[in-house]
Amino acid sequence: MSVTLEQAIDSRQHQNLLSWLTSRQVFWVFVAAVLACVALSLVTDTFATERNIFNVTRNFAFVGIIALGMTAVIASGGIDLSVGSTVVMSAMVTGVVMAAGMPFWVAALAAIGASLAIGAVNGLLIAYAGMPAFVVTLGMLSVARSLAMVLSDNKMIWEFGPDHDLLLWLGGGATFGIPHPLIAMVVLALATGFAFRWTRWGQHLFAVGGNEEAATLTGVPVKRIKLSVYMFSAFTAGVTGILMVGWLGGVTTNLGQAMELTVIAAAVIGGANLAGGIGSAFGAVVGALLIEVIRNSLILLGISTFWQGTFVGCFIVIAVTFDRIRNFRSSE
Amino acid sequence: MAALELSNISKNFGAIQALQDVSMKIEPGEVVGLMGDNGAGKSTLVKIIAGNFRPSAGDITIDGSHVEFHKPIDAQRKGVEIVYQDLALCNNLTAASNVYLGRELTAQIGPVKVLDYRTMFKRAGELFAELKSETRPRDMVKRMSGGQRQAVAIARTLLTQPKIVLMDEPTAAISVRQVAEVLNLIKRLRDQGIAIILISHRMPDVFTVADKITVLRRGRLVADKPVSKSSPEEVTGLITGAIEAA
Repeated sequence: MSVTLEQAIDSRQHQNLLSWLTSRQVFWVFVAAVLACVALSLVTDTFATERNIFNVTRNFAFVGIIALGMTAVIASGGIDLSVGSTVVMSAMVTGVVMAAGMPFWVAALAAIGASLAIGAVNGLLIAYAGMPAFVVTLGMLSVARSLAMVLSDNKMIWEFGPDHDLLLWLGGGATFGIPHPLIAMVVLALATGFAFRWTRWGQHLFAVGGNEEAATLTGVPVKRIKLSVYMFSAFTAGVTGILMVGWLGGVTTNLGQAMELTVIAAAVIGGANLAGGIGSAFGAVVGALLIEVIRNSLILLGISTFWQGTFVGCFIVIAVTFDRIRNFRSSE
Repeated sequence: MAALELSNISKNFGAIQALQDVSMKIEPGEVVGLMGDNGAGKSTLVKIIAGNFRPSAGDITIDGSHVEFHKPIDAQRKGVEIVYQDLALCNNLTAASNVYLGRELTAQIGPVKVLDYRTMFKRAGELFAELKSETRPRDMVKRMSGGQRQAVAIARTLLTQPKIVLMDEPTAAISVRQVAEVLNLIKRLRDQGIAIILISHRMPDVFTVADKITVLRRGRLVADKPVSKSSPEEVTGLITGAIEAA
């Protein structure tokens, strides 16, 4: 079926702001998250407490930060399964370097450096050797966690040398009542959102995800874009790793296990399309928020946390179903 | 002066002779229909003009000066633009973003280069207006008809004021209504004094829009004549080999 010339001319994409909003998956996920929050505030007297809000916002920030990196990867048509292992690698490097008596900034630089190295290996293999992202990052998931074990001799680290208190303050503290991980997430989300919309890098990564062949033919540096995207994803995981050590006050080698799945779930619920080309920074944040609200509400409502997976899983499917129905309608 | 002149172009891949002694001339504002069966050497010739391949022998002259292309970008700098068969568009981007893909305009704001959407939308809108297309710069390519997509792909070639536009099967996969639209787009390019090489299998399209017909058969140019002095029957004969040369 083809569209005639007149129809094409007459067709408009969106009549007004409302129809634009309602056509976005992110909007509905955001509504769902807000409704859940309102309902919980009414039903429980524990949700809307300062302490609980503090916990929720801090907890979701960790997933939210990495979901930003994951959204970039997914929008470019790839996937990064190694972020959970990158988190533990970054955390472990931070721990080991600080425990050896180094100042925090040295440890942080080393941790980010290690994370970027992981991302660079992923990116080089995927972009320049042309290997499938799924396989490369699955391998890295195994390698990075194993290296973290080697690095720490699989021991817990909980004493961080001279800057011990600074690290704990950074990860677990708050400024003006706002937990630091949340501040980090907001800053990164604004920067990512800006980069997606207003820079060549953003335009190019969406072009690569939309039609890699076309991007190549029009002179987009496809390989460099892919490399940078995996390094960005590893960077977000690295930042999260440092913050998580500070929050937990200790680091073990099972940190961040299975986190990649939660992060991918957050990105997908937030509207990132695994086929590539679609995703937003705001969506990543909202997806992460919804997952944390579900988790939190189950605890507050006294429902066994065993149900958490069911709820999150259903939300992934529902979110994508919405998208399908919308596409189905607009293709008619 | 010819916009493009090929003299004695040959290309062999190992023992395979893809093109042999091909010579042709295109004037500014002329549309040449390049026809031939599959494997006749059409795409090899196009790739040589576009800088993807280097000829094994022969010369290329653009506007009277000898050129040598090592990469597609060299050809682009000399004013050669291509509309690819699959159009090379990203469905998930707007029309304007597709027009500017790979050469986005930016404005320096402090330390960062920010995309200059205002100018890109404006210029893309002007190009669509020039092409008399109803495509709007902010529309997503995903929701466009085949004709509108062609307009986007053609508008992209106009960004650099090209001398020669190569079009690879622009009417292959679209409806009859849209074919007319695309042929009009080609005429507008021609009216701007651009030389156009139209590669097509569709005889009626070539006879509607082309000034000259060239036919390749097994790597050799077997015809190069005005459309008015040829006929679809003759061209079919030339393509298949029923007619030796004309």
